[in-house]
Amino acid sequence: MEANTRSTGRLPAAFLTPGSSSFMDFLSEHQPDMLPGNRQLPPTQGVIEAPHGTTIVAVTFPGGVVLAGDRRATMGNVIAQRDIEKVFPADEYSAVGIAGTAGLAVEMVKLFQLELEHFEKVEGAQLSLEGKANRLSTMIRSNLGMAMQGLAVVPLFAGYDVDRERGRIFSYDVTGGRSEEHNFAATGSGSIFARGAMKKLFHDSLTEEQATTLVVQALYDAADDDSATGGPDVARRIYPIVTVITEDGFRRLTDEESSEIARAILERRLEQPDGPRAALL
Amino acid sequence: MSTPFYVSPQQAMADRAEYARKGIARGRSLVVLQYADGIVFVGENPSRALHKFSEIYDRIGFAAAGKYNEYENLRIGGVRYADLRGYTYDRDDVTARGLANVYAQTLGTIFSSAGEKPYEVELVVAEVGETPDGDQIYRLPHDGSIVDEHGSVAVGGNAELISSYLDQRHQDGMSLAEALQLAVQALSRESNGSQREIPAERLEVAVLDRTRPQQRKFKRIVGRQLGRLLEAGGATTEAESSDEE
Repeated sequence: MEANTRSTGRLPAAFLTPGSSSFMDFLSEHQPDMLPGNRQLPPTQGVIEAPHGTTIVAVTFPGGVVLAGDRRATMGNVIAQRDIEKVFPADEYSAVGIAGTAGLAVEMVKLFQLELEHFEKVEGAQLSLEGKANRLSTMIRSNLGMAMQGLAVVPLFAGYDVDRERGRIFSYDVTGGRSEEHNFAATGSGSIFARGAMKKLFHDSLTEEQATTLVVQALYDAADDDSATGGPDVARRIYPIVTVITEDGFRRLTDEESSEIARAILERRLEQPDGPRAALL
Repeated sequence: MSTPFYVSPQQAMADRAEYARKGIARGRSLVVLQYADGIVFVGENPSRALHKFSEIYDRIGFAAAGKYNEYENLRIGGVRYADLRGYTYDRDDVTARGLANVYAQTLGTIFSSAGEKPYEVELVVAEVGETPDGDQIYRLPHDGSIVDEHGSVAVGGNAELISSYLDQRHQDGMSLAEALQLAVQALSRESNGSQREIPAERLEVAVLDRTRPQQRKFKRIVGRQLGRLLEAGGATTEAESSDEE
């Protein structure tokens, strides 16, 4: 790193130049090669094989939002990892769940977390939730070249809007297109099945506890019908990651809490394999 | 044609040092103290928007006395340095010692280069450890030297008076309220020996609290929490002094 290897050892001018509060802007001026978007892929034939993360779901409830993800990463027909973590806190009031190429997605999340933290430290104030969502949009767009070679990253962003006092969900497409989702959303290969389940289970007066159960139900249904999504693994004690964001900030459910929810669902599914029934009319 | 005056290098450096010291002495002092659960920063600052203390990284805090635009520049430089280092390597690889070195080199180069005006700032870089033994406090004067401090440190206008007051009274393992009370007493001493009152709303207080569950240990103490701590500190000192009587 330049700051450490220069003979004088002093901070290079770029560090002391007043300007942007964005870490990515600073990187693109000072060390552009470190930005993921500036990496050029050699032209390749066909799809590059790399682990893919799968299903992420989110649901709002009065007072906050729940974001959860299964634990499976697949590479073709092989299970690449059983206990991958795909839901991360972005900062104190928001979280991001990732579907798509795992390696690139994890790097994107790391840079996104840093971008928010950097802004907060330099400015002394947090970005608005919309501002955070827009930053993520820019980052996905910069990955478009990779996405066209099959290495797409499609996150789901959820946070508690401190100004509006409610939980909000933002979904993205590979081009960085961003749309706010109401009530619930899902991304990844199992998302169609998860969304179907959430559509039938959602109502707008869920408690926090019901919301966390709902997301695990939806992930169970996704795993039921999508081979790339992992269900709760009782033998290895691997359960979905469930996070809750409220006025009090980000909280990830402990392993005991999420195993309790998953086991309760599993218990019921032994009698009713298709899960809870919705009324016909 | 005018003949240039000869100025000896010693004289030139002494003049620059004098210039920087005077600039720093114009500002209000601030103190940084170790307490049982971390490190507390206390200073007098009438502004709510312009901070003297801020967060650099997970366990590293920054305090500065002197000229605002100069130390603000150094602060942002430090945040960029720390974030870039943490992004390149790992969060654990960002240390106060590394940062203090970079600051010292920067201040030193500026101080001794004839083309630049010396910075009128004095910095403190502190890192909170897992235990009190792991705490590190570095004081960085305007000329690029580094002083490794233990227990307490004061920088700014009345620094000498305040730090000798602190040295006599600071103990290891003080509670936050006690440390805060001591800091306020030290700051309110005038050079002529008298005391003045610093109201709570003119105090800027921040801590690096090792017991904080979050990864980022830096926290500002404001409003009601500050009021409560000042009251608690006042009560214990009064109790102690009545015991002595």
